[in-house]
Amino acid sequence: MPDFLQFCVSGLTVGAVYALVALGFTIIYNASDVVNFAQGEFVMIGGMTTVFITAAGVPLHFAIPAAILAAMVIGLLLHRLAIEPARGASAVTLIIITIGASIFLRGGAQIVFDKQFHSLPAFSGDTPVMIGGAAVLPQSFWVLGGAAVIVALLWFFFNRTLLGKAVLATAANRLAARLVGINTSFVVGFSFVLSAAIGAIAGILVAPITLTSYDIGALLALKGFAAAMLGGMGNPLGAIVGGLAVGLLEALGAGYISSTYKDAIAFIVILAVLFVLPGGFFGRASTERV
Amino acid sequence: MTNLMTRMGLAALFAGAAAMASPASAADTIKIGSSLAITGPASFLGDPEAKTLELYVKKINEAGGVNGKQLELVVYDDGANANNARTFATRLVEDDGIVAMIGGSSTGATMAMIPVFEDAGIPFISLAGAVVIVDPVKPFVFKTPHTDKMACEKIFEDMKAKGIAKVGMISGTGGFGKSMHGQCLGVAGNYGIEIVADETYGPKDSDMTPQLTNIKSAPGLQAVVNPGFGQGPAIVTRNFKQLGFDVPLYQSHGVASKSFIELAGDAAEGVRLPASALLVAEKLPDDDPQKAVVTSYKAAYEEATGQPVSTFGGHAYDGLMMLVEAMQRAGSEDPQAIRDELEKTSGFMGTAGVVNMSPSDHLGLDLTAFRMLEIRDGDWVLAD
Repeated sequence: MPDFLQFCVSGLTVGAVYALVALGFTIIYNASDVVNFAQGEFVMIGGMTTVFITAAGVPLHFAIPAAILAAMVIGLLLHRLAIEPARGASAVTLIIITIGASIFLRGGAQIVFDKQFHSLPAFSGDTPVMIGGAAVLPQSFWVLGGAAVIVALLWFFFNRTLLGKAVLATAANRLAARLVGINTSFVVGFSFVLSAAIGAIAGILVAPITLTSYDIGALLALKGFAAAMLGGMGNPLGAIVGGLAVGLLEALGAGYISSTYKDAIAFIVILAVLFVLPGGFFGRASTERV
Repeated sequence: MTNLMTRMGLAALFAGAAAMASPASAADTIKIGSSLAITGPASFLGDPEAKTLELYVKKINEAGGVNGKQLELVVYDDGANANNARTFATRLVEDDGIVAMIGGSSTGATMAMIPVFEDAGIPFISLAGAVVIVDPVKPFVFKTPHTDKMACEKIFEDMKAKGIAKVGMISGTGGFGKSMHGQCLGVAGNYGIEIVADETYGPKDSDMTPQLTNIKSAPGLQAVVNPGFGQGPAIVTRNFKQLGFDVPLYQSHGVASKSFIELAGDAAEGVRLPASALLVAEKLPDDDPQKAVVTSYKAAYEEATGQPVSTFGGHAYDGLMMLVEAMQRAGSEDPQAIRDELEKTSGFMGTAGVVNMSPSDHLGLDLTAFRMLEIRDGDWVLAD
């Protein structure tokens, strides 16, 4: 039983990060039909920028907002310089552009930062808390709590603010949204900035546990993509459930089946979803979009 | 008319430059080749190796060179890519005309280059880890670093002395971790060690608590061994502390750099590992025969580069010095003569330990070359 709890804690912590990455996918996908494969790079930028700003002597509580801001600026630039000029292109073309952007950002990070692994000090110490025989790092609570706060804020934003409603309207029908006076180009740009901020926060929260380096983004993007697919592409609740589920599956798979295939589990999930449940848990039937 | 004059002038200039360049490099210098992973994923190996070779070739030349001739170092960056290494090896033999080769930072690059130097009959001193490089022995191939098999033996020897018999292993699935894992399983029986749990993690795995949880619940567990390098062992060490193990953790010589201690933080406290004496140069007792070599190399490297010394640069130092001594004993730069003398190397004191080569042993190190280190207060100390 303590073993099972330990696997769950491990899976939920990693899963919360996948969930935030999947949430980033979802927001951009809803606003623009683009699957942004540079989403993992935002996670990397958040963690690495915080590491390097704190290394320069800036206290953590100033470094974190600065790193989030840096990621938001890069998210905006990604939209303005790479996505916006190609706005007439098909979604597939735009997706390929985001893959290119992710390779570019990774290469840039190698030069701006370095190629080493880095860690951040844990926000509230390294002494594990024992829960029913499972050792839980205080940082895990930060990750899970941070994810919960982000989800709550997003819910409020989408349901209670005009800008949030504008994003939802753009997601539902871009032409109709434009006809009622919504600046859809601004909304799409805004969704990139919002996704970048969420990715960066995930990267900062998890850096004290999993370490960070210039190339962590690609694998996170793939796992987050698997999570978004599992939950149903385009559904925020699905992204959260999918992320936690992929994290749990990985941890339980490594614990009870074989650690050799831990990384393969996310990809098995993608295949299984495509074959058995193309819409994911909460996905709309794919015909609805046609 | 002016056009013709210009052309003739240029032609004369080129001819003159060519005439001046060629004899200087042909007769008066000894060309040594090298192909290292200066950039790329194994740059933590190749970077200090290249800096060490350049530093010491310069020092040797300032002191008058070898056999009255200056050394000339030709270095290529293979980025740990075996294909590139093979191409550079051919270029070094056919175009650059080297008499001896040092390098190959990684085992993959080394294995790709071996046939080139074996065919050309040029001595090749590899700086890579795996035992396959010198086992079976190849006439022209030597190596300086300890093997992964020796690391396993050193760890198990230490365990046996402490009465530890039941061991859990968590190994990286990268080349190094996989190879050492296999070597450890092979020699465990010789030390009466039983592997009670055997887990792995991928090169990019960021959380090893599930694997360690399984190891922790293995019955009778007395110690854990973690073969691997890079960030993996640092995360294993952190997770190991998080889960509150009450048995010792053994790491491999793959983590013998300061960045491991930085990444693992407090969790590194008490971790034991086999490594070269270089890491504890100042802490060696004064009567230790290796002290003079390691302190002087450490001081020279740190002064020249401003970076902390690593064992990997030390392997390049050992290779270059053994080569220079072999050339001095041979009194010539004939590749065959250098090879014959390299094989006779005995009592050479390098940063890795005492080297005694023989026709059946092209490594020449024994287990005494490894020191058992422990991490205390964020620094290496000699264990026990």
